[in-house]
Amino acid sequence: MSSADIYREIILDYYRNPRNYGKIENPDISKRDSNPLCGDELEMHINLKNNLVSDVKFTGKGCAISQASASMLTELIMGKDFEYVKKLTKEDILENLGLPDLGPARIKCALLSLKVLKYGIYSYVSEKLNDTTSADKIKEEASGLF
Amino acid sequence: MQTSTINIENIRRDFPILQRKVRNNKPLVYFDNAATTQKPIQVINSIHNYYLNYNSNIHRAVHQLAEEATAAYELTRDKVAKFINIKNREELIFVRGTTEAINLVSYSWGRQNVQKGDIVLTTEYEHHSNIVPWQLLTKEKEAKLEYIGVDDNGELILDQLNAYLDTGRVKLVTFSHMSNVLGTITNADEIIKQCHKKGVKVLVDAAQSVPHMKVDLQKLDCDFFAFSAHKMLGPTGVGVLWARKAILENMQPFNGGGDMIREVHKYETTWNDLPYKFEAGTPNIADVIGFSAALDYLENIGMDKVREHEIELTKYALEKMLTIKGIKLYGTPDMKKRGGVISFNLGDIHPHDLATIIDEDGVAIRSGHHCAQVLMERLDVSATSRASFYIYNTKEEVDVFIRSLNRAKELFRI
Repeated sequence: MSSADIYREIILDYYRNPRNYGKIENPDISKRDSNPLCGDELEMHINLKNNLVSDVKFTGKGCAISQASASMLTELIMGKDFEYVKKLTKEDILENLGLPDLGPARIKCALLSLKVLKYGIYSYVSEKLNDTTSADKIKEEASGLF
Repeated sequence: MQTSTINIENIRRDFPILQRKVRNNKPLVYFDNAATTQKPIQVINSIHNYYLNYNSNIHRAVHQLAEEATAAYELTRDKVAKFINIKNREELIFVRGTTEAINLVSYSWGRQNVQKGDIVLTTEYEHHSNIVPWQLLTKEKEAKLEYIGVDDNGELILDQLNAYLDTGRVKLVTFSHMSNVLGTITNADEIIKQCHKKGVKVLVDAAQSVPHMKVDLQKLDCDFFAFSAHKMLGPTGVGVLWARKAILENMQPFNGGGDMIREVHKYETTWNDLPYKFEAGTPNIADVIGFSAALDYLENIGMDKVREHEIELTKYALEKMLTIKGIKLYGTPDMKKRGGVISFNLGDIHPHDLATIIDEDGVAIRSGHHCAQVLMERLDVSATSRASFYIYNTKEEVDVFIRSLNRAKELFRI
């Protein structure tokens, strides 16, 4: 993918004007992670109500791809069924970003948000729902992202 | 293709990799030399020749191959001694790199000499390799790790040194001779003078200085000195630790094993002489031999000329970069105080995005925290972009880089 394809107006817009940027007090799900290779940071907060995502916010520092990806992911999951959110894949995220062919050097930037989301769900499912079987599966998916 | 000082065209012919194309058939512009430099054909051939003709373990066997390999390995030690001007070759220890050299000092010297309440003093512009080993040591010993600050010009605030020295608790001052992010050349003479007045030992991390300027250890007068071969045309996996004989003799070994012993009995061992006491196990023979060719190459050009060439390129690049609106440059504008390293940010383009864009034009730079997160905090940025030069870089390449920065600006609509 060329830079002209990557840094489209929409990516730059989400980078400069991130939607759902901020924090939630006492969220049901809270997770922070960083990419040790580049230092990008991301924290995600989620509230659930009747098994639906009732609120989601993120804060972070990093490149246009990582921040736009996080912001777009929050929009994607807002109001959605928790089962749907649990099943999101790498392909879903890249599709959502409009960057299906991102190269190996930058794919980690795009997937950091999904990694934070999956680890957040893992903690929630294992600690608050005590469902170790599905928690382990989610953890495996998260660690397999990059 | 010429600066006033060296014939770059001839030099470039010695580096086969500079002929290759990257991305969409773009000529490679390699500006990531502070991370590692490219290797001339002489270095590659020397390693090739060792494996092809006299591969053997060293120091022990009596056969001809071992004799030849030992001679070539030890010849490198002599060349290093000459390169940094030291008298005693046995004070030079081959290690894997600067990181291992610093860890060796921290582990062997530090554990014997740093006690509870003592201070190890470093600086805010260190590479992680000159921070983390000291955190490990000072935590274990309940000692303190303190930092000399960096001012807005990217220079050390040396007044703070004396305040720490006055406490009487400082055991070691350890600093980078040239910052890998800002390119600042540390006023090492002044620091060493102050420290030695108080009997405090000094370690100089010379990973970025020895490759780029003449360093004379008989003038510098520090106690420990470390650098890496791969940042000066040599192979990866080879570094040098130099320390005074009197200090090395009193230090416990770092690694135990073959080659570092005199006699081994069931419960007691006596150590081999210097430098072998600190070179346990089969060393990186091939690459130490390859390093020899790198030293020859640099001697041939002359380190003063290397430095002049880099100053000329850096000045040229800085002037052009300053014409780009929205650019923020880090480090001192005084060329006498800086090397060929330029850290910068452009508008609100994150360094990773910038590096991706200019990589499309064949330009390889570094983006990120450069293993210097303490300095990033001081500069209040999460990352910077960094271009760093060496003997084979040209003004024409700087022009390509500048055009590419302008393209990035357009893509980000700045």
